Amino acid sequence: MPIDLPMNETITPPDISSRNTSAITLQNVTKRFRTPTGQAYTALHDLSLDVSPGEFCAVVGPTGCGKSTTLGLISGLERPNQGEVQVMGQTVQGIDPRIGYVFQSDAVFPWRNVLRNVAAGPLFRGIPKTEAFEKARDWIARVGLSGFENHFPHQLSGGMRKRVALAQTFINEPQILLMDEPFSALDVQTRALMEDELLNLWSSTSASVVFVTHDLEEAISLADRVCVLTAGPATVKGIYTIDLPRPRKVAEIRFEPRFVNLYHEIWEDLRNEVLISYERAKQHGQ
Amino acid sequence: MNVQSNTASEPTFLSLEDQAYQAKLRRRRTLVYSLRVLFLVLIIGGWEVCTRVGLVDAFFWGQPSGIWQQLVTWVTNGTAQGPLWEQIWATLEEALLGFVIGVVLGIIFGVVLGQYRFLADVLSPYIKAANAIPRVVLGSIFAIGFGLGIQSKVALAVVLVFFIVFFNAFQGVREADRSLLANARILGANQRQISVGVIIPSALTWIIASLHTSFSFALVGAVVGEFLGSTQGIGLMIETAQGTFNANGVFAAMTILAVIALLSEFLITALENRLISWRPNTVSDVTL
Repeated sequence: MPIDLPMNETITPPDISSRNTSAITLQNVTKRFRTPTGQAYTALHDLSLDVSPGEFCAVVGPTGCGKSTTLGLISGLERPNQGEVQVMGQTVQGIDPRIGYVFQSDAVFPWRNVLRNVAAGPLFRGIPKTEAFEKARDWIARVGLSGFENHFPHQLSGGMRKRVALAQTFINEPQILLMDEPFSALDVQTRALMEDELLNLWSSTSASVVFVTHDLEEAISLADRVCVLTAGPATVKGIYTIDLPRPRKVAEIRFEPRFVNLYHEIWEDLRNEVLISYERAKQHGQ
Repeated sequence: MNVQSNTASEPTFLSLEDQAYQAKLRRRRTLVYSLRVLFLVLIIGGWEVCTRVGLVDAFFWGQPSGIWQQLVTWVTNGTAQGPLWEQIWATLEEALLGFVIGVVLGIIFGVVLGQYRFLADVLSPYIKAANAIPRVVLGSIFAIGFGLGIQSKVALAVVLVFFIVFFNAFQGVREADRSLLANARILGANQRQISVGVIIPSALTWIIASLHTSFSFALVGAVVGEFLGSTQGIGLMIETAQGTFNANGVFAAMTILAVIALLSEFLITALENRLISWRPNTVSDVTL
């Protein structure tokens, strides 16, 4: 961190210009982790990525390549070893209240009912109870869970728990929305429903989204831009603009010729990386 | 929305099947209770028969009818130390005090050490060593240090209870889900809100599980403390019975302890169901 501050000052002019154009900037970011035995492991290497305000950016890459790490860096849960991460033109210094994060696993609190789960953000942030609950009821209705306010998470299906997680995140009205393979644990039908639900919720906000997934189809259906990462240590291999019109219907869009073309084009890029990471995993297993 | 209409129509659709299932559950429950009674009758009856026939010497090993006689005598005439209820209350008071103090200390230390990895690393060999030694021998030290009064028994009960609750609370804090913690931080929770709102509820399942065993350990502490030197209590009754070769007296005191332990178990289960009502209902009444 002490290194970041003087750097930030010296590059003031481009910093201002990026404030106008980018919601999220990752600049030559490298992130290393230490394994419990003390070995260093590089998750991200010299990765640069820009996300414009209001843009939906999907990040795809082979399993375990470091996709989630990018989200950790943007959210402030993790710090980069090298390079800089900026949100709204400011260097990330900790957890930014303007950020929302939907996790891969079920991160709803099992001891809180739906109402208190959705109201968690406002309550943590010191908003009075009645106001927080009123807001929560509104969001519960928006994700189609009215009538389930007093249910506990274990009484809900996986898809319903994801709806709770979405409401829990959207209630804080985030300007940056980070999603870490949020629907990967759902069955295919529920998944398509949830993807539509997400696009619907997102369209009424001006939030920038970074959506991490290993599913290329999901990435193309949802995003304005798809960013392909290399097998770990991850860096950007290619960025593709998805010029499919909105509003989109996730279940139907995948049959359009333009979608199929894009899929072929990006898959060419992604396939090699997937093969590399598969070969590595095999060697590791031996 | 379709989910809602489904749940609304289910009860009528399944009602016949439901009834059959309920009836099956009832039959099973009746069977379980009758077999429990049968088991008790077999054990006690077998014991009684063996002593009557002469296979087992009732003088050394006791006899159910003799134990019953002893209990009746205690209730009607009191014990050598005074009325039975006073003895029971003395032991219960020691056990309860030891239990409460031990649980509170165990939770505090467990939650604090569970959150401060460094402190836990520094202290871990001593904690392990303290847990490995048979702590009942500390009773002798407490008897010397605190004398024949209530303090020595409470201290022993505290020591026995503390470690069980401590290890569970510690483990519970360590097992707190990483994504739940990250989620709470992202949603805007500060450190205190994370402790109270995420870490302690996560650890609660573990802590409450430890209460079941730790109350019986509190009883052990109280009784052993009384063994080692006291003027009243169930432990003293057992010691007196042993001194007069009264096997039935020992068993009668044991029966009283068993009833106390069962009652406390029942109360703790009730507390558990109240505190962790959010948990999936895996505990059916068959286990009660």
